Amino acid sequence: MDAAETEARPSLPDRKQRKSVVFSSEAIVVQPDGQVTMSSTEENKEATAISHSTPAEEEEPTTPPEDEGALDLGKKKKKKPKKEAAEDGEAPAEEAAADGIDPTLKKKKKKKPKTDDEFAARLAALDLDKEGEEKSDEQAGDSEKGTGIWQHDQTTPITYNLLLGRFFDLLAEKNPDHASTGSRSYKIPPPQCLREGNKKTIFANIEDITKRMKRSSEHVTAYLFTELGTTGSVDGSKRLVIKGRFQQKQLESMLRKYIIEYVTCRTCKSPDTTLEKGENRLSHVFSRRIFGFLPVHSPPNKMNWLTKGFPDFMTCNSCGSRRSVTAIKSGFTAQVGKRKKMQ
Amino acid sequence: MSIENLKSYDPFAEADETPGESKQAQNYIHIRIQQRNGRKTLTTVQGLPKKFDRKKILKVIKKKFACNGTIVNDSEMGEVIQLQGDQRNDVQQFLVDKEEGLELDPKTIKVHGF
Repeated sequence: MDAAETEARPSLPDRKQRKSVVFSSEAIVVQPDGQVTMSSTEENKEATAISHSTPAEEEEPTTPPEDEGALDLGKKKKKKPKKEAAEDGEAPAEEAAADGIDPTLKKKKKKKPKTDDEFAARLAALDLDKEGEEKSDEQAGDSEKGTGIWQHDQTTPITYNLLLGRFFDLLAEKNPDHASTGSRSYKIPPPQCLREGNKKTIFANIEDITKRMKRSSEHVTAYLFTELGTTGSVDGSKRLVIKGRFQQKQLESMLRKYIIEYVTCRTCKSPDTTLEKGENRLSHVFSRRIFGFLPVHSPPNKMNWLTKGFPDFMTCNSCGSRRSVTAIKSGFTAQVGKRKKMQ
Repeated sequence: MSIENLKSYDPFAEADETPGESKQAQNYIHIRIQQRNGRKTLTTVQGLPKKFDRKKILKVIKKKFACNGTIVNDSEMGEVIQLQGDQRNDVQQFLVDKEEGLELDPKTIKVHGF
């Protein structure tokens, strides 16, 4: 969604050029609409410039690096919308140009002076309105204040992009939490992958990555080993040596899975979470019994998670939700290699 | 007729003990991959529901995916199907497929590995 905005904005210069080309034909279209449209176009310009410029600056720097390899959870999801947005962004621009409605066009402004004579009469009549509008434009062309075009919905159709932009502006404004957690992409450095000999892979910056995720490297290591069905060790400089050949992108996808499973909060998507071992099992059980959640003499089979192992819990630091997390357990691993070992 | 007390449901039962959940937890089908020497890999399918005849499934799979495979008896995991090569996607699709597959719920299948 945000991506859509960013895509639309960079394309603005293009729009202007196109509009200039198309403009000559459009001048006629604008006239019937009267002054309202003209004034509104001006307003829109400012509005878009003001309201959209800041988000664009924030987002644009973040998106290109993602593509270049920093691990980013939101990446996959974002990509599709981006492309669509890119395509959409241009199409609406053209449509808008054809309709002569597009408020962002600079050319229209220029036209104004040209057509001034014709409009002068009308302008004079509507002078009061116009002044009001212009003032509002200068103060804030913002859609939030209901000034500018946003006042005159009936007369000037508003382009989809503008409406969409307004929607997200409002959304971001009303719930800052969303903006801070939802759109901010979670990044960890890409795993550095070295080959040791022919059969081992060194995961060099695991320490760095686990620190970034605030998880113990043991946990991550255990996860990697069980998922990849291999074994390995940690070498002197805290690098992880994994048996088997793995490419960087494979490790990356593993990390991505790990983050989804054990790092991000499912309710608010925030990566700011802590993983607690089911350490305090006994006291937890007792407190539950005392406070009546468990019958005092619950049959042993109901306590089987006590013996089986208590699930780990993940607590989100930003929204406070808590959820249990599946314990890492290895399943069947086939015997690979020499059969002697088996017997 | 909703008198709470007359329900046979035990409010004190463990939340984890609800039948659906515990069953599901056990019923996950795990599809894993293991590396062998070189570019070779092994795919293991663990936890197939008991109602299926592994031998028949293996026969179909072997034919369909043009790979060899065996059924391994593991003391903990029961019978595990072992296939040559990376057949994770194939197997997953096969298990889910409604026409020529097993019509399993994709949610019960977990694909592991890179």
